[in-house]
Amino acid sequence: MRFDRRKDLLGLRDVTREEIEVILETAVPMKDIIRRDMKKVPALRGKGIITVFYENSTRTRTSFELAGKYLSADTSNLGVSTSSVQKGESLKDTIKTIEMMGPDVLVMRHPSSGAPHYVARNTGMRVINAGDGINEHPTQALLDMYSIRERKGTLEGLKVAIVGDILHSRVARSNIFGLSKFGCELRVIGPSTLIPPDVEKLGVKTYGNLESGLKGADVINVLRIQRERQHGALFPSIDEYRELYMVTPEHLALAADDAIVLHPGPMNRGIEISTELAESPRCVVNEQVSNGVAVRMAVLYLMLGGGRDEIAG
Amino acid sequence: MKLLVKGGRVIDPGNNVDEVCDILIINSKISAIGRDLRVDGDEDVIDAKGKIVCPGFIDIHAHFRDPGYEHKEDIITGSRAAAVGGFTTVCCMPNTDPVIHNGPVASYVKRKGEAAGFINVLPIGSITKNLEGEELSEMAELAQAGCIGFSDDGKPVMRSDVMRHALEYAHMLNLPILSHCEDLNLSRDGLMHEGYYSTLYGLQGIPAEAEEIMIARDVELAALTGAHLHVCHVSTKGALHIIEEAKSSGAHVTCEVTPHHLTLTDEVVGTYDTDTKVNPPLRSENHVKALVRALSEGLIDCIATDHAPHNVESKDCEYAKASFGISGIETAVAVIMDRLVHTGLLDITEMVRLFTVGPSRVLSLDLGTLTPERKADITIIDPDTIRRVDPTAFQSKGKNTPFNGMELRGWPWMTISGGEIVAREGRLA
Repeated sequence: MRFDRRKDLLGLRDVTREEIEVILETAVPMKDIIRRDMKKVPALRGKGIITVFYENSTRTRTSFELAGKYLSADTSNLGVSTSSVQKGESLKDTIKTIEMMGPDVLVMRHPSSGAPHYVARNTGMRVINAGDGINEHPTQALLDMYSIRERKGTLEGLKVAIVGDILHSRVARSNIFGLSKFGCELRVIGPSTLIPPDVEKLGVKTYGNLESGLKGADVINVLRIQRERQHGALFPSIDEYRELYMVTPEHLALAADDAIVLHPGPMNRGIEISTELAESPRCVVNEQVSNGVAVRMAVLYLMLGGGRDEIAG
Repeated sequence: MKLLVKGGRVIDPGNNVDEVCDILIINSKISAIGRDLRVDGDEDVIDAKGKIVCPGFIDIHAHFRDPGYEHKEDIITGSRAAAVGGFTTVCCMPNTDPVIHNGPVASYVKRKGEAAGFINVLPIGSITKNLEGEELSEMAELAQAGCIGFSDDGKPVMRSDVMRHALEYAHMLNLPILSHCEDLNLSRDGLMHEGYYSTLYGLQGIPAEAEEIMIARDVELAALTGAHLHVCHVSTKGALHIIEEAKSSGAHVTCEVTPHHLTLTDEVVGTYDTDTKVNPPLRSENHVKALVRALSEGLIDCIATDHAPHNVESKDCEYAKASFGISGIETAVAVIMDRLVHTGLLDITEMVRLFTVGPSRVLSLDLGTLTPERKADITIIDPDTIRRVDPTAFQSKGKNTPFNGMELRGWPWMTISGGEIVAREGRLA
């Protein structure tokens, strides 16, 4: 199976289980490449990748850039804060301008949900959504799924708890869309003000209480409290949030014996996750970062038309 | 000048008429209605066989954007769009620049409408100066200049004391307050209806209660003041309950619904097509069903388009950045015909009532019936014309429609305004 039919990767909502499996399997040999001394294969030589980030990012942008470079693609970044965007150029014109310079793939992060969908309709470039508003962050969910599978051997039937601000989390949404395709038992845990309406209809259980939500969980995905999105009276204080929802090693005792902890980063240590837990061997946050590069290599490789066999050999 | 509209099914709910007959128009007025009218032979004859002949349709809620936003629409293009859409009277909301908050601006709108010459253009004055929700506009001066009601449409009057005084003052002038009901603290940065689909699509939601809370407040204030409250673009089930109760308790409350709220659900937002972005937002299916039921049960006083044309730049962008609004005046009749009348959800006579005598009564206008000696405003519908919605062919400058590309059955066939044929088969005459 190849990715030829899919022009863009906008979210996991519309991606099939089979497509996800292909990506995760393709990422396995990619991870080997990262571990090599000589980290370069010629797979995407002559291909151009541009990253355009309308929101700040450390790991996602760098991860995409390195992923492209390890595959010998030419990667470039548009610095939004120093570009014509600051002169009022429309998104459509900015993207058109980039397109005319010839890159094959556009990796975009944007604060407005649906912005990559809009861009994808208006460009011949392939578009990868690197996070749109509160909607989706598909490659983050893919790297989470890869990390879970690597540790657990499978995704099938796992109990996965996502803790934090579910309402504003594109990571949560993409994880829910992705993991629900593998028969996972999904739970979301957080203050009731940060749980989206009718989220149960996506096949998840909701918990206001951290302890009861974590009981027997195989995977705990702790979200970052996004202080920049907490306008209005969504929760009383960081102190109270910490009291109720900070995940600590004691909580891990409630979960399944070999439960693992994920965090998309950047972490607010001592707020949503305790430092002890963050540094425990059960926390896979550092592996997630490496896996992120591997998964993005897989996505870029598949989207630019590579077959799986070429890289595995 | 004589015109004979011959052999159509004449539906005139205001006069309890529904029969196949002729209408004779002499010197811009309706001269006679009846079967096989005797004529002199010097009339221009319109063969209306198989067509539905109605009083001219009235839209009490449209944005012609003039003065100030003529890049989105102006009174001439708006009038043309209305004529093609089957409307002979349109009331223009005052969220212009300058706002219609004094006599001269109201007179400008009225006179430009007259000069355009296609249809009747009636201004609505603002409730508050600059739509700021703080100080009342000069309502008496606005009434004197021809305003037929007051509204801050696009924005709610958030202060309850200001709304109370507005109702009291408008009541003194015997004019209604047309209220855009929205609690801005609840709707906040919302982009679509709050519910399953806002969660699925990852867009901030606007709860139904943002609308319902304000309707509840305004209905109480209407009861307190005895004034006439007209609720604009009702879109939720809860709102209908509040309005039903207010009406049965004797408060002077009327309401309108739009064609898009009657026929589209929040599910269509999934492509992030900004033409689906409208305020109030497209609601979930249970709300839409409740609106259709209320329409057929007679709770709704009229259908209004909330025609909100925008320039391309305001819609060809990210969803969050896009302006709210649908350019709807050229599709309203076809949408209702296709989705509600042809599907059996709404009786054709009821539809005609909701576009004619219904809105006329809301605003106490001397319009909306085919009474002899009245001005000859007539809308003729061909119930069987099938046409695809093509915004590039719109008379309106606003091409923003979520009905783009849909094939609809039942379109305005001819629009006669003041005895003149102003539009015919989707084109200006």
